[in-house]
Amino acid sequence: MAATETRAPGVSPNGGLAGVLDSEIWLGRLMIAPAVVYIVALVGFPFVLALLYSVSSVTVGSPELNFVGLANFRRIVENPTFWEALRNTFIFTIVSQVIVLVLAKILAMALLKDFRGKWLVRLLILLPWVAPISLGAIGWLWTFDSIYSIINWTARALGIFGPDTWPIWLGQPNLAMASVILVHVWRLLPLATVIILAGLTSIPQDIHDAAEVDGAGFWRHLFVITVPLVLPILLVALLFGIVFTFTDMIVIFILTRGGPYDSTQVLASWAYFTGIDGGDLAEGSAIALFLFPLLVAVAVAFLRLARRTEVT
Amino acid sequence: MQTVETVALTKTFDSVRAVDGIDLAAREGEFLVLLGPSGCGKTTLLRMIAGLETPSSGQILINGQDVTGLPPRARDIAMVFQSYALYPHLTVFNNIAFPLRAQGAGKAAVHDKVTWAATMFGIQTLLDRKPRQLSGGERQRVALARAMVREPAVFLLDEPLSNLDAKLRTSARDELQLFQRQIGTTTIYVTHDQIEAMGLGHRVAVLNAGKICQIGTPQEIYAEPTDTFVATFIGAPPMNLVAQDGAIVGFRPEHMQLAERVAETAGMLVVPTRMHRIEYLGADELVYGTLEPPFPEEKVIAKVSTSQPVSAQPGDRLEFVVNQRDVKRFDRDSGVRADVGGAA
Repeated sequence: MAATETRAPGVSPNGGLAGVLDSEIWLGRLMIAPAVVYIVALVGFPFVLALLYSVSSVTVGSPELNFVGLANFRRIVENPTFWEALRNTFIFTIVSQVIVLVLAKILAMALLKDFRGKWLVRLLILLPWVAPISLGAIGWLWTFDSIYSIINWTARALGIFGPDTWPIWLGQPNLAMASVILVHVWRLLPLATVIILAGLTSIPQDIHDAAEVDGAGFWRHLFVITVPLVLPILLVALLFGIVFTFTDMIVIFILTRGGPYDSTQVLASWAYFTGIDGGDLAEGSAIALFLFPLLVAVAVAFLRLARRTEVT
Repeated sequence: MQTVETVALTKTFDSVRAVDGIDLAAREGEFLVLLGPSGCGKTTLLRMIAGLETPSSGQILINGQDVTGLPPRARDIAMVFQSYALYPHLTVFNNIAFPLRAQGAGKAAVHDKVTWAATMFGIQTLLDRKPRQLSGGERQRVALARAMVREPAVFLLDEPLSNLDAKLRTSARDELQLFQRQIGTTTIYVTHDQIEAMGLGHRVAVLNAGKICQIGTPQEIYAEPTDTFVATFIGAPPMNLVAQDGAIVGFRPEHMQLAERVAETAGMLVVPTRMHRIEYLGADELVYGTLEPPFPEEKVIAKVSTSQPVSAQPGDRLEFVVNQRDVKRFDRDSGVRADVGGAA
């Protein structure tokens, strides 16, 4: 009776907990349950709530759900700030992703080679990703400060900026957009580099050797062999980057709060300022929902493309 | 004329000498096989000739020109890899066209050359396929077509048959040899399979521990091994080596004849053996046994034809004889042949 002695008290031999753990069907359900609960509670529930809010007149002050149809959406589309934010969202996403992809590809190829101090370079490149975003962004806030900006003081000391040149990085519309893009690139570069590096490592050395022997020079090797072979993974990196950038507001929230004059306002930050800061939950939800169909379309398009270009 | 020549070529990986001062010369049009066990340095040697590894010291000459410091694309060589290394995202046509385009060939020239190479290997119907849609044998042909399409001075082949199943390997070996003799391009072929080496090569270089033990025709390598390594590496089962009178005596299993079936045994080496078991192999059978005095107690294998089977029980004493001309003598310490020329 050794088996029954080790069984927890109160559990019958043919049922209860032991029975559940022995059944593959129930064990599977049990193990996937935390993930399901997590997604339902933190993604599903807020999403349904946002759908409900977006067609209601709910505010922080009056939490009653009165159905108003598409009035919120109509009001948003008529607001010029929406179009400004939409335009900024696209500029912010497209420009930062192009830069991230090119830089990440170069970095990944450099990191593939063996050289002295490689671990240090890897560490430095990964640092922005492991450091808390808000901390990093606050560091950049000081770098771009209107009075203490390291960039300005360094440039002046080196004689690059004359006595009349003193850019206010976060205060001039174009410079502000460039600054938030720069910080966002800094933040996303590590992830993209690591993803592309993984893709590059998965190409067998024989393929590279064959291209060498077949007489390919650097550019032919890069564009006819290497890039097409990492393309599926490149697209996954791009998909991540686009989703992260479209929905991100931390960098903008800390650096510019959407300013000056909404020149760095993106949909995510505008939704936050309207819904949480402004207290208009209904309109905030409606703005946030504008992102949803767009991102679904992007995700579907990229995943299909990635499957088409899959090679082995 | 020597097409490929290496002079005192050495490659050291972290104090390990993978290739240790190799002097090798492949003649024009020759099929030269580098044969050796894994880790003997044969692939490293081939990769250095290709320009994929940089030698630690020594020289490589191709068509008389020193190419030691040149990149692979400047060496006029083509290589077939063990994995074939086909470009998985390109069609067969584009795979074969790749080296031509890298040379800057025009569109019409590329088309003509690819068609010519594909026809030669019988893969003209596969040109639109991707490598993953091909069988192992077809992939190997594509790899060969890609290698020969720009007519290089030298072909380098790194175990190109080892990914094929046994049946396909035999026919591929036959085709490969036929094709090499046809186009007459100097070929250096790396393998660990002695049957491939013996069957394909004009000459075989046997490598061990980064050095060439022997280089010669397949017949020379088999009949007159220069040391005990070659003697035991070539031949299956290997040559029997037995200590006798301060030397090592070697004789091949098929040269052991039962004394009772030989009319005149005078002057022959007599090998008394206690039989353990007989292994039936179809055309032949292998007789496993232990030597009896005056020899030390060592294991030997004899190979006899099944047309005249051995009728004996385990534990029986069998007396074999070996012709003196089939007996090779080696130095006990160095393992090098003591009866130079082998005509003892």
